[in-house]
Order: sequence, then structure tokens, then C-alpha cells
Amino acid sequence: MLADIRRFFTERAVLEVETPLLSHGIGTDPQLEFFTTEYCLSPTRHTLFLQTSPEFAMKRLLAAGSGSIYQIGKAFRNGESGRFHNPEFTMLEWYRVGFTLPQLMDEIAELITGLFSGRSLQETQRVSYQQVFGSFTGLDPLVFSYRDYCTFAEDSGLSEAVAMCGHDHALWLDFIFSHKVQPHLGGNALCMVYGYPACQSSLARINEHNASVTDRVELFINGIELGNGYDELVDAKEQNKRFDKELAIRQQQNSPVSVKDKRLISALESGLPECSGVAIGLDRLLMLLSGSASIDDVLSFPIRRA
Amino acid sequence: MAIYSTNEFKAGLKVMLDNDPCAIIENEFVKPGKGQAFNRVKIRNLKTGRVMERTFKSGESLEGADVVDVEMQYLYSDGQFRHFMVPDNFEQYQCDEKIVGDAGKWLKDQDSCTVTLWNDAPLAISPANFVELAIVETDPGVRGDTSGGGGKPATLETGAVVRVPLFVQQGEVIKVDTRTGEYVSRVKE
Repeated sequence: MLADIRRFFTERAVLEVETPLLSHGIGTDPQLEFFTTEYCLSPTRHTLFLQTSPEFAMKRLLAAGSGSIYQIGKAFRNGESGRFHNPEFTMLEWYRVGFTLPQLMDEIAELITGLFSGRSLQETQRVSYQQVFGSFTGLDPLVFSYRDYCTFAEDSGLSEAVAMCGHDHALWLDFIFSHKVQPHLGGNALCMVYGYPACQSSLARINEHNASVTDRVELFINGIELGNGYDELVDAKEQNKRFDKELAIRQQQNSPVSVKDKRLISALESGLPECSGVAIGLDRLLMLLSGSASIDDVLSFPIRRA
Repeated sequence: MAIYSTNEFKAGLKVMLDNDPCAIIENEFVKPGKGQAFNRVKIRNLKTGRVMERTFKSGESLEGADVVDVEMQYLYSDGQFRHFMVPDNFEQYQCDEKIVGDAGKWLKDQDSCTVTLWNDAPLAISPANFVELAIVETDPGVRGDTSGGGGKPATLETGAVVRVPLFVQQGEVIKVDTRTGEYVSRVKE
């Protein structure tokens, strides 16, 4: 699998890069927990973070004029362990300068179907978040109707959602999508869901024609989330604003304090080229390629035995 | 009682949910790459036996339930209550028929069984997987009956009715699987 991926990018003249796993800054995403470690250079001590994804470092390379790049490397997410999660995992991340999101989606489909060649993967599906959410739930994900969402939860045997989600639109979407939509996505096929609601934008840019959705895409096969891509946000001010907002949420939640990556902000200030990028969890891809039921089956030593 | 977080939920853990003691059957971690983490938990209500699914935000917690399984000896029924004893310390428990439920038809005096205690009161009774009971009534066998073909109902000393092969006679002791209610073999006295 790794050799096939490298060949795919070599043929397309995308440069393989390596960026640090340890860094001074870290993502501010309130949903991602990170590992910290201590760097002792006597007499001083610094807290360093293990990267939750190579995104920031790769964007700094892009801003420095690297052109299209890809990386296969480890990423770390604290507290994530389960049938599809291991706190240390392998990620493929690539950025295409000058690509729009639909162009990147074409390339993703090419890569995935190439890796699955010889296995009977059905034709790739592309569907908007609003369409797919509506077809499985009858709800509109872009417009929050507390009453409709509650009724749907009660009728679907998920009444606990009402107390849990309250009036938090993003939380409702996470809950309903992961319980009632995602399991149906990509039955033996790659399914690409695009046009995520703006409240789930993260580092994607807002769609220029419709401000209620973002240019973000998620990949699914057999109901398993494989990856996540964006038409990248290049606006330093907007990025800084989102970081600050997320830092404030983290503080409210009493999550561990994160240090926003000022070097990323200054890289964006100096100019990130228009580009699209995507990250794919390679362990999960290997699960699908090998028909494994648990991520533990494709890891040499899962966290319990690491 | 201890508090357990969703990360500690594993099969067999006993917790309190909606004021009832429950046992965790399965716990799956569900997390979108960019989104809230949940734990989808399959759980059995130990009072009603009903199995349900419930989702928690990861990191939420539930109070542990003081539920223990104790090996006890069944003593006797006084008509209203069944009485059990812990063989080690001779401590006795009484338990009404509603709680004993279906297990009652497998309980023979002196036999051992598992009593589930919640806050030191019986919550459920499970008979041993295999019990040996005498047949008190069944149709007599006829010459030529073999193990093959059909079967006939037999009433056991505890009142349970099971299907047995034609060659098994009244008065014989048989071994029964209590989980399926099926005849296993004859037992030589």
C-alpha cells in the first residue's frame, strides 16, 4: 500500500516531505486532545507537543513556496482508542497548489480506486452533506430546528440526545450524523460527502456562493470515516480569529491549554498559495484493504501492548 | 460506590442507569475526525433483563452498582419465598417468586446456584448450567424405542417439563442444560 501511494505521487511530481512530530504550537480544535512532552535543554525546559496532524508544518512549507507536497507520517491524538482509533496512527496528507476542492476529489478517487484495484469497489459516490443528511433523516442540517431534531431523536430511539445536545447545533449534527447517516455511507464504495455546514468548518474556507456551507469533504467506505479535506483557508486574520474562538471554547471546557501556532499565522500572513489538501488515515485504509474488523489487527502493537 | 468513566466501560461492568442496576455488554468508541467523541454502549438492565443501546459523550461517567454474583445453596420454598444460603458463612437470603422467575423450575433442594445481589438483596437467580433431576412422570417406553426419532415430554421433580428420547423411563435421573431447557443425557445413579 505504501509503495503504491508513493508511486502515485511520484508519477504526479508531488514532492514527499517530512515535518517535525514535536513542535512548539498545536491545533486549537476543542475536539482534539494532544500529547505534551518536556524538552530539557539545561537549564531551561520547554513544553513541546506531539502533532495531531502535520497540517500546520506542511502549510508553512507551502507558504515558503514548496509547491504541491505529500507526507506519510505518524500523528498523535490523546484519549482516542477503540475499534477504529489508536492514539498513535499513520496519516497520509497531501496538498495540491492551485487545485480546487472538486479537482482534489477527482485525485482522491483516483488514488483510492487504484489502491482497491482487483477488489470490486463500486463506483465512487459524491453527495452533499445536506442531501445525504436529509435523505437518511428528513432533517435540514443547515437550518437548526430544535423541535424537529428532538422529534427525530425520540422517534429513532435516541432520546438521550435531547438532554445531551440541548441547543448546540454542531453537537446535534455530530450525534445524528455519526449514528444515523455515517453507517450507511459508502457500502463497498468510496463516498465523498462535501459541503459541510459552516459550524463544522474547522480549517476550511467558506463557500463563495453559499455562506452556510464550507468547502470541506469527508471520505467514507463501508461507513468508516477515512479522511477529511479542505479548500484551505488562506486568510491569516480569519484563521487567527478561529484559533482564538476555539481557544476560548477550550477554556470553557477546561480542556488542557493549547498554544496557538503563531508561526502558522505568520506563514499565512506572508501568503499561503491557493490550494486544497486532504488527510487520510492509512491504518483504516489498510483495515478496509485487508478486511480487518479492528484497527488492532493492522497495527504491529496497539497502544495496550505498545 | 466508585464512579466509572466511559473509557472504563467494559463488558461485565455493573453500573447504575436510570436508578436501575445494569451490566455493560459492549462499548464502542465513536468519533468523527473533527467532532464530538461518543461512546455507544450496549447495556443490560439487570432488573428487567432488557438490553438497550445508549450513547454517552466520551468522558461522561456513571456510578458503579453494588452488584455481586454469589454462589449459594438453594434450601427450600415456603410457598411465598425461596430461601438460599451462602455455604461459607451460613448467611441466608430469601427471595420472592417474581425474582426467581424461570430459574425456579430448575431449583432442587441442596443444589447450588448463582444469586445476583444488589445492595445485598437478591436481584436475579441463575441455576447451574447443567442440573441433574429425576423424572416423575413420562409415558412408558415401548420395545424397539431407540435414540432416533421423536421424543416425549417428561415432567421433572422440580416441575419443569422437557423433551426426552423415547427410551428414557420414569424414575430415571437426567442431565438438562438449563440455558436451552434441553435434555443432555441420562445419569447413572
